[in-house]
Amino acid sequence: MTSIIIWTIQLALVPALSPLFVGVIRKIKARFQNRVGASIFQPYNDLWKLLHKDEVISEDASWVFRFAPYIIFAVTVIVGASIPLFATVFANNSLSDLLVIVYLLALSTFFLALAGMDTGSAFGGFGSSREMTVASLTEGGLIFSMLALVFAVDSANLFKISEAVSAFPLVAMMPIMLAFAGFLIAMLAETARFPFDNPATHLELTMIHEAMILEYSGKRLALVEWAAANKLLIFLALGANLFFPWGIATTVGLMPILAALGWFVIKVLLLSLLIAVLESSIAKFRFFRLPDLLFTSFILSVIAISLIIFI
Amino acid sequence: MLTTISSSTIFFISLLLFGIGAVGSLVLAKSDKWANVAGSVFAVSGSISGLVSSLSVLIKNSVFSFNFDLLAPLLSVSFRVDRLSAFFIFVISLIALVASIYSLGYVKHFYNKYNIGALGFFYNLFLAGMLMVVSAHNAIFFLVVWETMSLASFFLVIFENKEKSNLRAGYLYFIMTHIGTAFIIMAFLLLYRSTGSFDFTVIKNSMGEVSLLVKNLVFVLALIGFGTKAGIIPVHIWLPRAHSAAPTHVSALMSGVMIKTGIYMFIRIFMDMMTGIPVWWGVVVLVIGSVSSLLGVLYALTEHDIKRLLAYHSIENIGIILLGLGSSLVFWASDMKSLAVLGLVASLFHTLNHATFKALLFMGAGSVISQTHTRNMEEYGGLIKHMPQTAFFFLVGAMAISALPPFNGFFSEWATFQSLFYGIKSLSVSVQWVFLLGAGSLAFTGGLAAACFVKAFGAIFLARPRSEEAKHAKESAVTLRIAMAILAALTLVIGFFASYITSVLATVASSVRALGFAEPVFSSAAGAFSLKDGFATVSMPTILFSIVAALVLAWIVLKIINRQAKIKIERTWDCGTNLNGRMEITATGFSRSIITVFRGLLKPTKQTDVEYHDADMRYFAKSSAVHLGIEDIYLNNLYKPLQALVARLAAHVRKIQLGNLNVYVLYIFLTLFALLILLAF
Repeated sequence: MTSIIIWTIQLALVPALSPLFVGVIRKIKARFQNRVGASIFQPYNDLWKLLHKDEVISEDASWVFRFAPYIIFAVTVIVGASIPLFATVFANNSLSDLLVIVYLLALSTFFLALAGMDTGSAFGGFGSSREMTVASLTEGGLIFSMLALVFAVDSANLFKISEAVSAFPLVAMMPIMLAFAGFLIAMLAETARFPFDNPATHLELTMIHEAMILEYSGKRLALVEWAAANKLLIFLALGANLFFPWGIATTVGLMPILAALGWFVIKVLLLSLLIAVLESSIAKFRFFRLPDLLFTSFILSVIAISLIIFI
Repeated sequence: MLTTISSSTIFFISLLLFGIGAVGSLVLAKSDKWANVAGSVFAVSGSISGLVSSLSVLIKNSVFSFNFDLLAPLLSVSFRVDRLSAFFIFVISLIALVASIYSLGYVKHFYNKYNIGALGFFYNLFLAGMLMVVSAHNAIFFLVVWETMSLASFFLVIFENKEKSNLRAGYLYFIMTHIGTAFIIMAFLLLYRSTGSFDFTVIKNSMGEVSLLVKNLVFVLALIGFGTKAGIIPVHIWLPRAHSAAPTHVSALMSGVMIKTGIYMFIRIFMDMMTGIPVWWGVVVLVIGSVSSLLGVLYALTEHDIKRLLAYHSIENIGIILLGLGSSLVFWASDMKSLAVLGLVASLFHTLNHATFKALLFMGAGSVISQTHTRNMEEYGGLIKHMPQTAFFFLVGAMAISALPPFNGFFSEWATFQSLFYGIKSLSVSVQWVFLLGAGSLAFTGGLAAACFVKAFGAIFLARPRSEEAKHAKESAVTLRIAMAILAALTLVIGFFASYITSVLATVASSVRALGFAEPVFSSAAGAFSLKDGFATVSMPTILFSIVAALVLAWIVLKIINRQAKIKIERTWDCGTNLNGRMEITATGFSRSIITVFRGLLKPTKQTDVEYHDADMRYFAKSSAVHLGIEDIYLNNLYKPLQALVARLAAHVRKIQLGNLNVYVLYIFLTLFALLILLAF
């Protein structure tokens, strides 16, 4: 019985909470700009509204455009259920392998970029081109930053990483912090945040993610937006629970699970605060400066791995 | 049937069928239709018997060999099919089967233009040549069949001989393949000198007497010789040209399986014949694999010729195969045979996978070309509406080659990653960095391949048509679609049964002498493939089922929330202008940003031609054109200087060529004399 409950929590937590953290980041950014800002629950209202609207679909679009939101959303739900969120007791989940997660997310990027090209607007096409440029260069940093942890604990299972890292002495955390810096850069790129992309406007010069989804409306737009929120929470959770896995429950029980959920929310809130502060204090980079940043992420991760395997 | 007829008989029946197909299509050359039917039908039946014989070897583990001494002293027709050969016969026959079904419909558009009889002849000869290459067991005989394969494929490359560029591509292929063969001959002669035999078994058994120097030389020679066929960088320059020039079903075979014969010989020589190899061999193979995979995919991104794009991806995938093979060599040289099995299994698995999805993609491209009559991706667009089935199959292939789950490409890349990870975590500092390099290039390769196939699929099939041909394209002939459907299903099925297939491949990999039936480090149970020390696990069925389940769930939930949603079909938002095909992103535009990022490696060029109304007053342009391209650094920095050097040397050599018969007789006498003196010592 308990296992059914915690499995349900594990499956539903990411899609259920993801709009909340989008709202939180927006709220913090609004406060930085001296605005009151919308309620942190506004993204839920937006989704609900979009889900009930009719749709307009381009006459040039094919089934790829219609199908893409489903696969994008489905993938984020699967990945959200396969990463450590609050407990490490799901280690026998064969989907929680580092590479499986990364390539599943690549599957959603692949379809999103195809959907961007499908309507034949110049804007969408360039969004796809930029997205694939950034995504292909991010992959190295993303895999390698988490790979540092894999070598530190000798397992590619994300739950086992979480469990092992939480027992690490503080001294051993040095290279892991380096890998976290690499991960942070990759995370900002993957979730279309500053300095890679501006999640708040539809300005032609800056857009990556918003350009691709411009032609979506109604329930498909809701799915895409929801999936983007899921992806953000997935990365926040990975950052919080792989690199700072303190407070994660290693046993099953009401109190440990509740405490772990609390810890999870606190850690993710802190990371959200970090993103909001970053977004409020730095400018977006010029597109061709982004690769430098992404290679930096890769190099930082390589250094972290070297420190771990050579010492 | 398997019990009554031995697998060797079936193998020779298969060769016989190819022979009948070859002769038959020549005999029937008067009628294009019957020549095609004869060539294709016998190729289909030959491939089926090839499949049966290889499967019976793989399942029953019955090695067979056949020896027939000819009158010539060193040449003996000698076959030996062990598990390694059987695996390659399986891959070749599988793709040959599908390609031959494809050719039944595809060759139709050559009717009345080219000689179909010759096509059928060389096609069957090519298939028989490949089967004999992976089963030949005597170096001289091997060279004969190797040349048969190479020459038959050369004639297939120049089949469409009315186009000048095809002849040039064929000529380059002819030269490069023979340079490769020269290195191979030297490697075999060196082995002959140390072991006194051309027979593979004798060479294998007397390897202990071969000095390390000779082994190293053989390694380098074989690496260049067979690497030329496999298409490793920098001896790859023939590959994109020749593979794009050949008829599509031949391109599929060349890219899908012919280049793998190079991989086969790598394994045969390095891991089955050699003993006591140094670590640096594996390191070299790993470095070549990293470079080929990364550069191959980058060059693919710069292409807008669909078949050249696919050909560059073959270079990339050969690189990935070499990453597995290289790590296996390093593990073996470091005496970690169980890990070496993992590397070799990853490499073999990717060989199988690449054959299926690359053949699928080439066939998709051929299906598009047969409708639009161009290879230029900029002139496609919107084909998904006219050719929905081709588009679907191409999408499956694109996802498989981009290593996206749940298709087979993902699994073999995953396994290659694991063998690289094991190198990083369990070897000494001196080689760890190479594995790190390999893992890094594999990580970037995966992302870049996905970018390249978003570009390819988007430019070919999505948005609006960019040419009249694309506007009026129709779905291709039914045999073409059947062939593609088989391969598309295979990519999914192979992915689904990946863990079972690895256990078969493990028996193949551990049967090479180097690995001596070592127990592999992985196990497969209930669809899951896991490393025994619990390092990592993957279950392809779970991935497929959870994707399907999540899709169904999302669809149902949406249906419940919003029951009476209406969908309005409208024009794409166009800012008030009328969008046309020229306004959407092109293949060149799509990849330009990645090319700009890697401008240090790719050396992009940009040439602007402007024509003015008045040449003196350069204000009003009449027309302007921009040519975006990349510099061919291999041609300019390697091949042209090499060619100049050879030409200079030749000019010097010419001095002894006096045209006087007496002088030539003197040369002959002097040579004879020198040889006699040499013999005396």
